[in-house]
Amino acid sequence: MIDIFLKAFSKEVWSIIFPSIWDTVYMTTISLVITSFFGLLFGIALLITDKDGLFPIPIFNRVFGSIINAVLSLPAMVVIILALPISKLIVGISYGPKACIVALTVVCIPIFSRLVENSILEVSKGKIEAVKAMGASNWDIIFKVMIPESLPTLIRNFVVLTITLISVTAIAGSFGAGGLGDIAVRYGYQRFRSDILIASVLTLLVSVELLQFAGASLSRKILKKRHLL
Amino acid sequence: MESFIEIKNVSKVFHSRNKDFEVLKNINLEVEKGDIYGIVGFSGAGKSTLIRCINRLENVTKGFIRIGDHIIDNLSKRQMNLYRQKIGIIFQHFNLLDSRTVFGNVAFPLEIAKTGKDEIKKKVEKILELVDMLDKKNFYPGQLSGGQKQRVGIARALIKDPDILLCDEATSALDPATSLSILDLLKSINERLGLTIFFITHSLDVIKYTCNNMAVLENGVIVEQGKVKDVFLDPKSETARLFIKIHKDFLATSRAWENGGGI
Ligand SMILES: Nc1ncnc2c1ncn2[C@@H]1O[C@H](COP(=O)(O)OP(=O)(O)OP(=O)(O)O)[C@@H](O)[C@H]1O
Ligand SMILES: [Mg+2]
Repeated sequence: MIDIFLKAFSKEVWSIIFPSIWDTVYMTTISLVITSFFGLLFGIALLITDKDGLFPIPIFNRVFGSIINAVLSLPAMVVIILALPISKLIVGISYGPKACIVALTVVCIPIFSRLVENSILEVSKGKIEAVKAMGASNWDIIFKVMIPESLPTLIRNFVVLTITLISVTAIAGSFGAGGLGDIAVRYGYQRFRSDILIASVLTLLVSVELLQFAGASLSRKILKKRHLL
Repeated sequence: MESFIEIKNVSKVFHSRNKDFEVLKNINLEVEKGDIYGIVGFSGAGKSTLIRCINRLENVTKGFIRIGDHIIDNLSKRQMNLYRQKIGIIFQHFNLLDSRTVFGNVAFPLEIAKTGKDEIKKKVEKILELVDMLDKKNFYPGQLSGGQKQRVGIARALIKDPDILLCDEATSALDPATSLSILDLLKSINERLGLTIFFITHSLDVIKYTCNNMAVLENGVIVEQGKVKDVFLDPKSETARLFIKIHKDFLATSRAWENGGGI
């Protein structure tokens, strides 16, 4: 038992783990950029097109909300399988890191959209009404009020997104995309290499812990600066 | 003299599922330029709705509102945004932006009007001086007391040199001493800038101390209006009498004490 644990820190194990860390970082980072962009866009769209929103379009809101809910309700694995043909359409292949990135974003954009929507919903109606009364345009309200006011919560949810992406990367890894999750499954599960399983799990644990810490600190720092803590 | 604000036959109906609520019923009201006009009414009477109609956060269902030469219901969305900058408003809960400093909050209306940086700095500092908050310009709202927040709210409302200041329960969340200092500030601003102030409150004390003219709003109807003194000395409506009775009951206890009686 201790044996295996020690082996998990051997050079041989880490020569397999390190390249896969890079794969995971690569896929997660690119997916993160794409997902953040569309998640913010869709989240804000959901928020302002609500019947009580800044720019009510109830029909659009209902249809769009339903699509997002539909994707949310499916298990990540199923969405990935469904997204692979889309990958083929966009990046030309349906396996490997690039295809995986497309699948990841399809899984995570709806999640982040809702997180963004909920974060911004926390901004009190009173504040928005106050700036409306000053003649602020919708554009001003979104970029000068909603986003800055909800920034600490947005950052926390951004971390949730990042962690979700890492874990979904692990699932997507099984479709030939590589990465830590792929290593864990291929070596740990299929070849009974417990040492490699332990090493990849530890790496995942530590990176999630670090991310969580970094995000929480940043969010706290902003709250402290605003004297809200 | 022609009135500056004219509210004519205004009704406001909110439609919900299967019922209509007529929150304002045939309101008629005129406010002269430079006046401090008070509206008193119990909770739910429709006071905030009336204010929201004046800066057209709500559209009136019937009637019209004229300010100066403009019938505001006829303005386009763009004109409306410009017009809103001529109306300052302050709130019970201040509604300052926590993400901005005192300076940033007061600068906000200028920023959205694309004013230059130097001019913003000059104007903001001048107005912060007026409300006695210049030394706190780099503070965040989270560092301020309620009274200080309201001073910032007032500065923010005045920064575009408005013609009208709307006050929705501006002192209701403040302790009595702080309330008084805010009311004094509003009165001095009214004198110095000739601003027309439209004041909404639950408190007759506040009206008595601050306003020249007043109206009593009850369930969306104006049941009484006139000079504050006249309403006090000779209330015509049930609601006004009730308000004055409550006001006097509070005073009576202390008077009884002063005369050596009471509990
Ligand atoms: N958007 C709305 N839809 C439906 N009803 C509304 C809406 N806004 C206000 N009302 C109703 O209108 C009535 C008057 O509300 P308003 O906020 O104007 O009262 P108020 O006099 O300001 O009360 P308070 O002193 O508690 O602030 C209330 O019964 C409220 O429920
Ligand atoms: Mg109110």
